[in-house]
Amino acid sequence: MLYWDMPYAIHNSVQNETDQVCFSHSHPSTPLSLGNSFIYFILWKCFKENPHGLWMSATGIKQCAEVANQKIINSTTLLELNHQAMTDKHKHNDDKKLQPILVFGPPLVFPTFEAQNLQNYHFLKAYSSQLPLHQFLAKQNVDPSSIQVILCNPHQKLSVDVIPLLPSLSLIVTTSAGTDHIDLTECSHRNIQVVSIAGEHAEDIADMTVGLLIDVIWKISATNRHVRKWGPSIPLNFSFGYKLEGKRVGIVGLGKIGVEVGKRLEAFGCKIMYNGRSQKPLVTYPFYSNVLELASNSDILVISCSLNEQTRHMVNREVMLALGKEGIIVNVGRGALIDEKELVRCLMEGKIGGAGLDVYENEPNIPKELIQLDNVVLSPHAASLTSNRLNSVCERVTERLEAFFSSKLPNILVLDD
Amino acid sequence: MESIGVLLVAQVIPYLEQELEKRYKLFRVWEYPQLPIEHANSIRAVVGNASAGANAALIEALPKLEIVSSFSVGVDMIDLDTCKEKGIRVTNTPDVLTEEVADLSIGLMLALLRRICQCDRYVRAGNWKKGDFKLTTKFSGKTVGIIGLGRIGEAVAKRAEGFNCPICYYSRTEKRDSKYKYYPNVVELASNCDILVVACPLTKETHHIINREVINALGPKGYLINIGRGKHVDEAELVSALQDGRLGGAGLDVFENEPVVPEELFGLENVVLLPHVGSGTIETRHAMADLVLGNLEAHFLGKPLLTPLV
Repeated sequence: MLYWDMPYAIHNSVQNETDQVCFSHSHPSTPLSLGNSFIYFILWKCFKENPHGLWMSATGIKQCAEVANQKIINSTTLLELNHQAMTDKHKHNDDKKLQPILVFGPPLVFPTFEAQNLQNYHFLKAYSSQLPLHQFLAKQNVDPSSIQVILCNPHQKLSVDVIPLLPSLSLIVTTSAGTDHIDLTECSHRNIQVVSIAGEHAEDIADMTVGLLIDVIWKISATNRHVRKWGPSIPLNFSFGYKLEGKRVGIVGLGKIGVEVGKRLEAFGCKIMYNGRSQKPLVTYPFYSNVLELASNSDILVISCSLNEQTRHMVNREVMLALGKEGIIVNVGRGALIDEKELVRCLMEGKIGGAGLDVYENEPNIPKELIQLDNVVLSPHAASLTSNRLNSVCERVTERLEAFFSSKLPNILVLDD
Repeated sequence: MESIGVLLVAQVIPYLEQELEKRYKLFRVWEYPQLPIEHANSIRAVVGNASAGANAALIEALPKLEIVSSFSVGVDMIDLDTCKEKGIRVTNTPDVLTEEVADLSIGLMLALLRRICQCDRYVRAGNWKKGDFKLTTKFSGKTVGIIGLGRIGEAVAKRAEGFNCPICYYSRTEKRDSKYKYYPNVVELASNCDILVVACPLTKETHHIINREVINALGPKGYLINIGRGKHVDEAELVSALQDGRLGGAGLDVFENEPVVPEELFGLENVVLLPHVGSGTIETRHAMADLVLGNLEAHFLGKPLLTPLV
C-alpha cells in the first residue's frame, strides 16, 4: 500500500518491513497527487537498504526526491502499482474521490462497463438528462473542471457547449469508428485526444453488407414476410433474383470495411472496383477517381466510407441515375453520405433497382415512403451489433481508461521491458 | 421432326412450351386423363420437372419412349432404374443454377444469424424509436458443414471461405483431393459444425437424411440450411426441435409437401422461409429450357447428349 502522507508512510513501511508501500486517503484537504506518490515510492525504494537514512531533514528528503525523479524505473512495476492503487480504491468507497467520467450516447457497451467499474469511476450520465450540461453538472454537485474524460457514441452528438464547459477535458473515447458526432477541430485546438474504440467490427459490417445485398436481390425479407401472410400454402415459381457472378461492384471507400466486402464478394465471382480519396498502391481492383464514374461502371454500389464535409451527399441523383434502374445501393457508412430525399425519389420512380440500408440521415427516423417498398431492406444501424464485438470493446475501453488515469506522472522516464 | 411425339408432364415456362410445340407434336398430360393408344405409341420423349417426371407405370405405358428430359437438376421423380433397364436416356439441367443456389444459401445463413428479416421488420414497425436492435451472432468464422460436395456444395464452400469459415463435409465417398475436412457420417458432421447445409441429390438413401439425431447433434447453437429437397429433412422433427429450442435456427427454401409450409414455423424468429426460389431466376429458367431443347435435338439427330444422367 502507498500512503499519501509520505514521511509517515516511509516510517510505517520500514517498521513493517514490507516490500510495498501503501495508499490511503489521509487528510482530505491535503491529498498528495498520484504522481508525487510515485516519486516518493522511488525515494523509499532507494532508502530501503538503509533505514537509518530515513531520518533526514526535510531538505534532504527533497534532494533525494529530485534524484529519484531522474531515476529510470521499471514500467512493469509502475503498471502493477497503478493496478494496485486502482483496486485499493475499493476499500474507500468515497464517491468524491472516484474519477468522474461524463457519459453521452450511451454506448451499447455502457451497462456492462458501468457494472464492472462501479468502484472505479463516478459516472455522470449526461445522456439521461434533458438539461443543458452546466445545469446537469450543477445538479450533480460536480465541478466541470474535474472532468477529464468523456465516454460517448454516435447516438448523441456532443453539442457545442460541451467542450468549452470542461477546461480539464483531455480525452474523449467513442465506441464507434465514426467521429462525426465530435467537433474534431475544437478538440485539436484544445489538445483533447479523441480515441475511437470500435472493436474489430470490419468483418461484422462486411457480413451485413453482403447479407443486405443478397436480401435485396432475392427479396428474402420481403418474401419471408409474405410467406407468413399467405401460408400455409405458398405460391411457387417466383422468378426474381439473379446470381452475383459477373456483377460489377463499386466500393466507395476501400478502408478496412471496404476491403472485407471486396474479399467476400470476390468469392461470389463479382468484379470489384473502388473509389476513395486516393488510389491504393497495393490494390489490384480498378480505381475510379470519382463516384459518378464508379457508379456508371457498376451494377452494385457499396458505401463504406467516412462522413465529412467532402463526402456529405456524395451519392446524389446524378450518381443514382448513373447506377441505373437495375442498380442496387448498399449503405453501411453514414446516412448523410446519400441524399436521402433523392434516394427515396429514385426508388419510388424506379430509377434504381433497390437499396439495402443500415444507416439514415436522421436515425432512428426513416422516410416513411420506404416502408411500402419491397425492393429495400432496412436495418437499424445494426451492422456491428454482434455479441463478440461488444465483449472486446468493453475490454479495450477498460484498458484505455485505466491507462489514461494511471499515466498522469510528471517527469518520470519509463523503460519498456 | 413434327411427327415426333413429346409428352409434357408438368408445367414449364411458356418459352419452353412454345418451343416444344413448334418442334414436336406436343401432348400435355393434363389434357388427356386417358392417353389414347395411338398417341401413346407416337411418344418418344417425356419432358418433366422437379415435381413430376416418369415413374415405372408411365414408362410402361409409352412403348416407344427413348428419352426423358427433365426441366430441373433433381431427377428424384424419374424412375432411373427402369430407364436404365430399358435403355431410355435421361437428361437434367445441371450447372445453370449452381451459382444462384450457392448465393442464396449464403444469403439464408446471413439472414438467419444476423436476423436481417427481423431487423427489417423492426424498422418498418417503428420499433427503432423505442430502442436499439439486439445483439446477433457473428457469421464470419463459423464452421460450415456441407452434405454433398457436388457442384452446388463446392460453390457454397468457396463463398463461405470468403468469410473465413472453416469448411467440412459429408458425402458418400471421401473426395481425396479436397482440402476440406471429411466426416464419414452426417451426425459427426453435425456435431462438428455451426451451420449445416443440405446440398446433395434426393435419393432413397438421402431421404430424411436430416433426422432427430442429426438435429440434436447440430444443437441449440446450430443452424440448418436446406436448399436441396424438402424430403431431405424430417420436417415434423425439425418443427418440434425448433419449437423446443433444440435447434438454433433454420433457413428453408424447400419443404416436404410444397406448396404447404408448416404453420408452426410462422411465429418463429429463428427461421427464414422462402417458397423454392432457388431456381427461380428468369435467366436460369431460360438456360434450363435451352438445355432441355438441346438434349432432345441432339438425341433425335443421333448426336451426343449435352447433359445425360443415364
